[in-house]
Amino acid sequence: MTTEQATADTPVTQDAYAPSRRDRTFGLIQRHGATAVLVLLLLVGSLSFARFPTGENLGDIAITSSFPAMVALGMTFVIITGGIDLSVGSVFALGGVLAAYAVRWGTVAGLLVPLAVCGVVGLVQGLLIARVRLAPFIVTLAGLLGARGLLLSISHEGATTYLIPHGTVLARLGQGHLFGLGYPVYLTLVLFVIGGVVLQRTGFGQAVYAIGGAEDAAALMGVPVARTKVVVYVLSGMLAGLSGALNAARLSSGVTILGTGMELDVIAAVVIGGTLLTGGAGSVSGTIAGVLLLGVIQNLINQIGDLSSSYQQVVSGAFLAVVVVAQTYLSRARRL
Amino acid sequence: MTDPVPEQANAGDPPLLEARDIVKRFTGVLALDRVTLSLRPGEVHALVGENGAGKSTLIKVITGVHRPDEGEVRLAGRTAGFADPLDAQRAGVQAVHQEIGLVPDLSVARNLLLGREPRRALGLIDTRRMHQTAARTLESYGVRVDVRLPLRSLGVGAQQMVALARAVSVDARVVIMDEPTSSLEPREVETLFGVIDRLRGQGIAVIYVSHRLDELYRICDGVTVLRDGRVVHQGALADLDRLRLVSLMLGRDVAQVRSEGVTRFSGAHEASGRPVLEASGLTSRHLLDDVSLTIRPREVVGLGGLLGAGRTETAKAIAGVLPLDAGGVTVAGLPVRRGSATAAVRAGIALLPEDRKAEGIVPTLSVRDNIALAALPRLARAGVVSDARIDRIVETFMKRLRIKATGPHQPVAELSGGNQQKVLLARWLATEPKVLLLDEPTRGIDVGAKAEVQALVDELAEAGLAVLLISSDLEELVEGSDRVVVLRGGAVVGELTGDELTEEGVMTTIAAHTRENAG
Repeated sequence: MTTEQATADTPVTQDAYAPSRRDRTFGLIQRHGATAVLVLLLLVGSLSFARFPTGENLGDIAITSSFPAMVALGMTFVIITGGIDLSVGSVFALGGVLAAYAVRWGTVAGLLVPLAVCGVVGLVQGLLIARVRLAPFIVTLAGLLGARGLLLSISHEGATTYLIPHGTVLARLGQGHLFGLGYPVYLTLVLFVIGGVVLQRTGFGQAVYAIGGAEDAAALMGVPVARTKVVVYVLSGMLAGLSGALNAARLSSGVTILGTGMELDVIAAVVIGGTLLTGGAGSVSGTIAGVLLLGVIQNLINQIGDLSSSYQQVVSGAFLAVVVVAQTYLSRARRL
Repeated sequence: MTDPVPEQANAGDPPLLEARDIVKRFTGVLALDRVTLSLRPGEVHALVGENGAGKSTLIKVITGVHRPDEGEVRLAGRTAGFADPLDAQRAGVQAVHQEIGLVPDLSVARNLLLGREPRRALGLIDTRRMHQTAARTLESYGVRVDVRLPLRSLGVGAQQMVALARAVSVDARVVIMDEPTSSLEPREVETLFGVIDRLRGQGIAVIYVSHRLDELYRICDGVTVLRDGRVVHQGALADLDRLRLVSLMLGRDVAQVRSEGVTRFSGAHEASGRPVLEASGLTSRHLLDDVSLTIRPREVVGLGGLLGAGRTETAKAIAGVLPLDAGGVTVAGLPVRRGSATAAVRAGIALLPEDRKAEGIVPTLSVRDNIALAALPRLARAGVVSDARIDRIVETFMKRLRIKATGPHQPVAELSGGNQQKVLLARWLATEPKVLLLDEPTRGIDVGAKAEVQALVDELAEAGLAVLLISSDLEELVEGSDRVVVLRGGAVVGELTGDELTEEGVMTTIAAHTRENAG
């Protein structure tokens, strides 16, 4: 044997395996870093700008963040499995156009048609990724182009803009308020609570983590790898479609040029929220913090006023770079 | 832990697991040649053999990773053609591998119970009960940890225990343990043996793969020795003495040794002067324990020992590839920065790795480019490399090492194994090293090429290099080395020179009883 210090009657104590304080600190930063920065920014914003902490302004941040948040919820699942979904921006726009198109058959159709079509887009992508074993990056890049093409054909190359008439139930879903917050904000919160429970408390959620953490080991442990992956992409597609439909309801029309580049903002929010791009770790609460953080940064830059809103992109980009560097450093340090 | 267990492995019991006349070929190469193995309920069976003997292939056939070309696996008297490992697991055949098949980022409890979590209403996972169950289960394996922590935060030994606990708690009937103690602390080994005793009491059959003789003799009832894909011995372990077991594994009959002698080594060189390489106190948790050795110029030092004894690790540690907890290396009296492969290369240490496909050759590049690769930084002037200089060096080495290729521009993948090995050797010689570490330099190459490589090793030593030779071919080791350092369990257990340096001497040193210190 290589070491002699141990004797048989030494019990295996907890101390022997307790993680170091450094380890725990790193874990905390990874999981709650975005929340901490968000709180900090809210404080700084409130102290600096009189117009920032008003109910109206905060409600504005909430409603504009709720649409990317729904998309980011699906993306969180996808990224935890170790995948990526680049199609969500196009699917978001497709969902909006489909809702405006289908609302002529009633509100139910206005919601179900985008959900179904966007779900099918996700299903096709999921099958190609899980069964044919193509790379998620390529498959969803094709999905990005395909969904955009589909929406252009529905809107006659963007020449036709379908409207959601005021007063319809669908329009009210997008535009209504309760206690100063838009309906989509409440829906987003409910979806995140469900998402959190699914991720932490169901076999499906366990499978999502296990696949991202070690796919081969997960398969050996009996996890239905392919099925789980397919479901994750269907979820992502449906959430992007739903978000797009509600956004169209809010704007009263299916705007075709929306959602370009949205996938990148959403991925940024998820990663800033502490979900590892390599998969296996992450949380929906982090994602919501990540989305809000980007929303608050944008809002604060608007408050400064004389700064061009383009700077928002610079700040968000810089922030993302910092987060990714920190994540890489943290996970490397923990694996030593 | 458990009550004393009555001896359950009665000869009269029908076999629980049977592998009958298994034949397995890989692209024409015979990996298993009519291998038969049978286990009774409650039997702990040792499966031993050196690298390439066919152990892993046999395990993979039994666990459904590979399908046998001929023969069949039977479980409890019925044919069991497992489609995949999952299928085998459902039937109760569980394997615990060296590389742990768990998810590092999931919590300990979730890993242990993945797919079998206790549920509440609505099918939601009952986290509290899951943690309680996990803690209770693990405690019986001597692992007391916060089960909510990610698995990654546990020590390797504890992780292995979790893997074992998971495997056993899924209604296992046959458990296969592949080198289960390689990363365990002594006290953890004791716990493991307790668990194995418990399995024995439950009538579960265990296949135990290990090279630690002490462990085998302590825990195993029967033994199967594989060599070159064939069973060379099968029977009760108690009937087999250690020296005989070692000689069976290495394929060197004690009596037969003296009558042969066909290597191309010329014998002793005149080692001279002060040691060029001094490695002292090399220590790396679970792998190396205070290994020290010196090599002088014109000297070939062999490293002896069974698989997993720490030979490759020693070479890697010297070359700066293996992270060390303690110890250091000096070349020609100058210390080499620890844990830096670049510093080692710069100091003049060249390692010819064991797995030349994975760690050395770039198959798509030409002979010329493969040779020039390591020497490039030295050949470059202001970042620019002169083609003419490379051509000169490549030509010199192709001639000197007698590399058979159509020309310097032939892709290395088209060369024979022996010539690939020579290309690698040339690559390192082009860096003008002082110390050459050769890890299994003749494995997998044909007899003729083998003799040539052996002659080359001799030549290089003659030319003033200090050479460290690792070889599982005992004859090659003894004939080729001026001195052999024998390792066991990551520590030096003996050194043989002069008249003691015989195959029998090496085997005796390997087989000698370990001090009883594991408690």
